[in-house]
Amino acid sequence: MAKTIIPIGPYHPLQEEPEFFKLIVEGEKVLGLEIELGYNHRGIEKIAESKSYDQVLFLVERICGICSTSHPFASVNAVEDLADIKVPERALYIRSIIGELERLHSHLLWLGLAGHFIGYNTVWMWAWRYREPVLDIFEKITGNRQHYAMMKVGGVRRDIESDDIPQIWKMVDELLPILDMFKGAVMDDPVIHARLKGVGILTKEDVFEYGALGPTARASGVAIDVRKDDPYAAYPLVDWQVITQEEGDVFAKAVVRILEMYETIKIIKGCLDKLKVVGGEIDAKVKEIPPGEGIGRHEAPRGEVFHYVRSDGSNRPVRYKVRAPSYMNVPTNQKAVVGGTVSDATITLAAVDPCYCCTERMAVVDRKTGKKKLTGQDLIKLSQEKTLRIKREMGRIRG
Amino acid sequence: MAKTLFYFIVFPGFLFTALVGLLVSWIDRKVTARVQWRVGPPLLQPLYDFVKLLGKETIVPQAGAKLTFLLSPLFGLAAVTIVSTLLWLVMISPKVTFLGDLIVVIYLLAIPSICVIIGGFASGNPLASLGASREMKMVLAYELPFILAIFTPVIQAQGAIRLGDLLQYQWANSIFLNSWSGLIAFVVAIICMQAKLALVPFDIPEAETEIIAGPYIEYSGVPLALYKLTRWMMLFVVPMFLVIMFMGGIVFSGWHILWGILKYVLLLVIIILMRNTNPRLRIDQAIKFFWGPMTILAVVGVILAFLGL
Repeated sequence: MAKTIIPIGPYHPLQEEPEFFKLIVEGEKVLGLEIELGYNHRGIEKIAESKSYDQVLFLVERICGICSTSHPFASVNAVEDLADIKVPERALYIRSIIGELERLHSHLLWLGLAGHFIGYNTVWMWAWRYREPVLDIFEKITGNRQHYAMMKVGGVRRDIESDDIPQIWKMVDELLPILDMFKGAVMDDPVIHARLKGVGILTKEDVFEYGALGPTARASGVAIDVRKDDPYAAYPLVDWQVITQEEGDVFAKAVVRILEMYETIKIIKGCLDKLKVVGGEIDAKVKEIPPGEGIGRHEAPRGEVFHYVRSDGSNRPVRYKVRAPSYMNVPTNQKAVVGGTVSDATITLAAVDPCYCCTERMAVVDRKTGKKKLTGQDLIKLSQEKTLRIKREMGRIRG
Repeated sequence: MAKTLFYFIVFPGFLFTALVGLLVSWIDRKVTARVQWRVGPPLLQPLYDFVKLLGKETIVPQAGAKLTFLLSPLFGLAAVTIVSTLLWLVMISPKVTFLGDLIVVIYLLAIPSICVIIGGFASGNPLASLGASREMKMVLAYELPFILAIFTPVIQAQGAIRLGDLLQYQWANSIFLNSWSGLIAFVVAIICMQAKLALVPFDIPEAETEIIAGPYIEYSGVPLALYKLTRWMMLFVVPMFLVIMFMGGIVFSGWHILWGILKYVLLLVIIILMRNTNPRLRIDQAIKFFWGPMTILAVVGVILAFLGL
């Protein structure tokens, strides 16, 4: 049988963002996969260099619409690491609540999309319906359904009033039976078992080889979670577990996300309890950022978000660097998709919960031939030259 | 002659089936929407969709075979129209039809799928070819249990292969659904019907999120409208066929008509429920399902029918 190319993207009903997966298939069997990103590059890192530290938070919030607090969260962690700022305890709890509420709505969103990708549109609509109360709570406590703008270097922008606490509590309590329903619908449905079990398997070795993060890694039995491994915010102060599954298939990824929502609710409740007793300031009132460099990490719904910031003592960063989890997770499809069928390819691609706008990297392409002008080696060389130039400018090395 | 033309074009042929098909597809969409907490489309939405598509430009891919590409939707539509005409004429006056019309109906019901396959391959698009090859596998998979299930009533009625005879047998004795063999065959036929209608969990050939509507991907304008209409008419005609085969059809006298419509609605509800409570299967799983459990079940039905159960 002849080899054909099945394109998934750049515009495809599977994903709402532009990306390109070239499936090389023989009949229904996938023999190879080529991943092309770079349709949506916005140059956010460059823009960040011309913004003040307060503005950078708003900017990085717009990297992604779904995990819109993850980037500011990692960003404040980075700046606080740089300036060695002590954040008031109350602000830590509020940060964790916002981060976990976001995980809740993001996982529900993924669950719905996963249902849609395997043709189960009822799950899609239901999951998104039950996601609405979470967004309503967000609107109530932050003023926005998305892009909450809660993070601030040294604290949070808004307090969670004691009147709001019972409402959040009620919302998560009402979500619990819904989660039980989804858990039953996914974990006990024989057709879903047939569709997802043993599909797109990612072994433990693959996880280490590709550096997979978040639920993608945890579904393969690697208990990697920044919230536990490098505790920050209020995560070490409340009781919760890291969820892992051993199988590494799409089903395990779904199970990890569903069970994680229970842990998330546990964290939210723990933080709300503490909010009732911990009073005081929510802002450390940072005045100056000293020269130096800092890194910040946050366990976003999709895995670890990594932000790097370098300061020269002015009010804006000299260099800003973002690495979103999808950047590590999307290439794992090389292992998970190849060898499967076209039918499984789509759900496997979606199982890492990819977020392309976070992941976009620039590519220089010749318009006539469609060939890439710069290879990976060229880019590394350019990057090294740039580092050398910055070092010279900063007076670290001479000559 | 004029009468025959009227039968085929107005009632119970094309116009009638098309209108009921539009209505039925609206019910399907509306109920699905309500199940999924959505509002759903207004009553005339299918008609709007159809009329709008008629006014759109028809694009024929350069790599495609033009004539085959454009003709295949027409053949599909013609086949459904003929089936619908035959079925309704049989119900209105069981004596008018010809010997072996059952076999003709089974053949004609397979033609829309075959047209989809031919049209898909003719469009020269790799996704359409993939969808068409999936459709072909599906046809091979579900036709065997479907025909076995249809044979069960035939055996029960001592080998009658005229739809009229089958109906009269049911009216004289009891409906075929009332026996074990009939019940088993009915279940098999319902599941095969879902595959024939290409609805979830068997919408494998056109899986939107996998191969973007598969064989239909290159269609636009009038041919796409015809395909859509064919699909909607199938949603009316195929369950009607099962109503005739297993549930005694519709008797045209007084409240019996209402009872007959209820039989169809029951099947429609089953179809809609099935399509809203299942994810899509994979093509290999579907083939295994139809050639394994479904065929075995259908054979059991046939054996039971021979034993007179």
